[in-house]
Amino acid sequence: MLGDLLPIALLGGLLGLDVVSFPQAMISRPLVAATLAGALFGEPAMGLLCGAVLELFALETLPFGASRYPEWGSAAVVGGAIFVDQRGSIAGAMTMAVLSALLTAWVGGWTMVKLRQQNARWARAWREPIAAGARGSVIRLQLYGLTADLLRGALLAAASYALFAPIAHVAVRSWAIDGRLSRAVVVGVAAAVAGAAAWKIFHSTPGARWLFLGGLGIGLLLLGVVR
Amino acid sequence: MTGAATGRAPRLPLRTRIAMLLRLLAIQGSWNYEILMGNGIGFCVEPALRLLPEGVHSDRFKSALARQSQYFNAHPYLASIAVGALARAELDGEAPERIERFRTALAGPLGSVGDRLIWAGWLPFCSLAALVALGLGTGPVATVVFFLVLYNVGHLALRLWGLNTGWRLGLQVASALGNPVLRRGPTELVRAAGFAAGLALPLALGRIIGPGRIFIGGVLVAVVVGAILIVRLEGRLQGWRLATVLLAVFALFSVVR
Repeated sequence: MLGDLLPIALLGGLLGLDVVSFPQAMISRPLVAATLAGALFGEPAMGLLCGAVLELFALETLPFGASRYPEWGSAAVVGGAIFVDQRGSIAGAMTMAVLSALLTAWVGGWTMVKLRQQNARWARAWREPIAAGARGSVIRLQLYGLTADLLRGALLAAASYALFAPIAHVAVRSWAIDGRLSRAVVVGVAAAVAGAAAWKIFHSTPGARWLFLGGLGIGLLLLGVVR
Repeated sequence: MTGAATGRAPRLPLRTRIAMLLRLLAIQGSWNYEILMGNGIGFCVEPALRLLPEGVHSDRFKSALARQSQYFNAHPYLASIAVGALARAELDGEAPERIERFRTALAGPLGSVGDRLIWAGWLPFCSLAALVALGLGTGPVATVVFFLVLYNVGHLALRLWGLNTGWRLGLQVASALGNPVLRRGPTELVRAAGFAAGLALPLALGRIIGPGRIFIGGVLVAVVVGAILIVRLEGRLQGWRLATVLLAVFALFSVVR
């Protein structure tokens, strides 16, 4: 496990950076981040499944303005890696991976607030040279923020993985509920969160409810649940 | 630089344009609760300010950079409009008071339009479209590439358009906010996201859980009930926090049972 920490830290740092600081290309979305974590350990398809569940949760917390939200980039790396770790014992693996990612995202949101406070302290410290138009100070403040965010994501991913991977390992081995049912509970909860989030986004837009229902009908037909 | 006098935008060297575009990707690098992305604006405008005839050690350069590094807030992608317009205004030699008034007036619209267009429209739409692809059976590489290409075509096009439009129109850039994509785009994207959400939920569920009509049907009913409950809790508790607690209890029960 110790050997896994470095690649997880690097990936967590890079994807944590993408959330806000650079380049916001959404490589930090759980669907991508967990798949990359899975690929890191040779199982991108497993990473994708875990990422899809986390993506459903992430639909609820879009990064509006200065609002506070969970940090999904580093969290999805942790979730994807833990899910792949448990490849031999599926029952409970999804639950523990998703739970670890959710807790990491929660803490990650808090670390982002702390980072922004630190950026404010640096901005205050360099207020005079920046107000005097010192080019070096403007660039330095930007680079300090970027570097600190990279380190934040890396440390968060490594610490969370180091903490949650052994817990998941123990929990999965004593898991007493059927694997398929366990997975259904996790996906069902995630889909309920996503459904509510989607509703909040579109319920006031004319016609969107009907389009949602139309999409749902087609989706069910494609799934073969209704005929 | 006589763009203001002639009404035509002066040429922005390709090297400067590329430098500004790359810096725009890091515009929120020092985001904080005091000046928000203010320093980021200064950071992005700086390559253009180097074109000032007086040079980087001049008072004009320093006062322009100081002005652009003050408090500012906008959507990070649409901030490119502000960066282009402010760089043009500085190089055109507009009065500092006019630039500051313009800067203040621009922040609000660029924030609200960007939030509705990207965070409430384009991002959920792309995310849900990728979940539809996943539900239809695409593999990990195809799903991830599909999402990233789809999302970033819109993302990068918007940043590039914003910088070019801001530079071309300078202090007249407010007219660009009437662009049909910015005016009608959010509503159309939310509609598209609504359709994609309906399609994605059952398909993604089916792919992750596996085959079994009755079982998936039961899960879907539970999902609808859960979603209604979360909507009713709006403003009091976020769904993902509630879900974290529920999953922790479920995990505990599964282990100690």
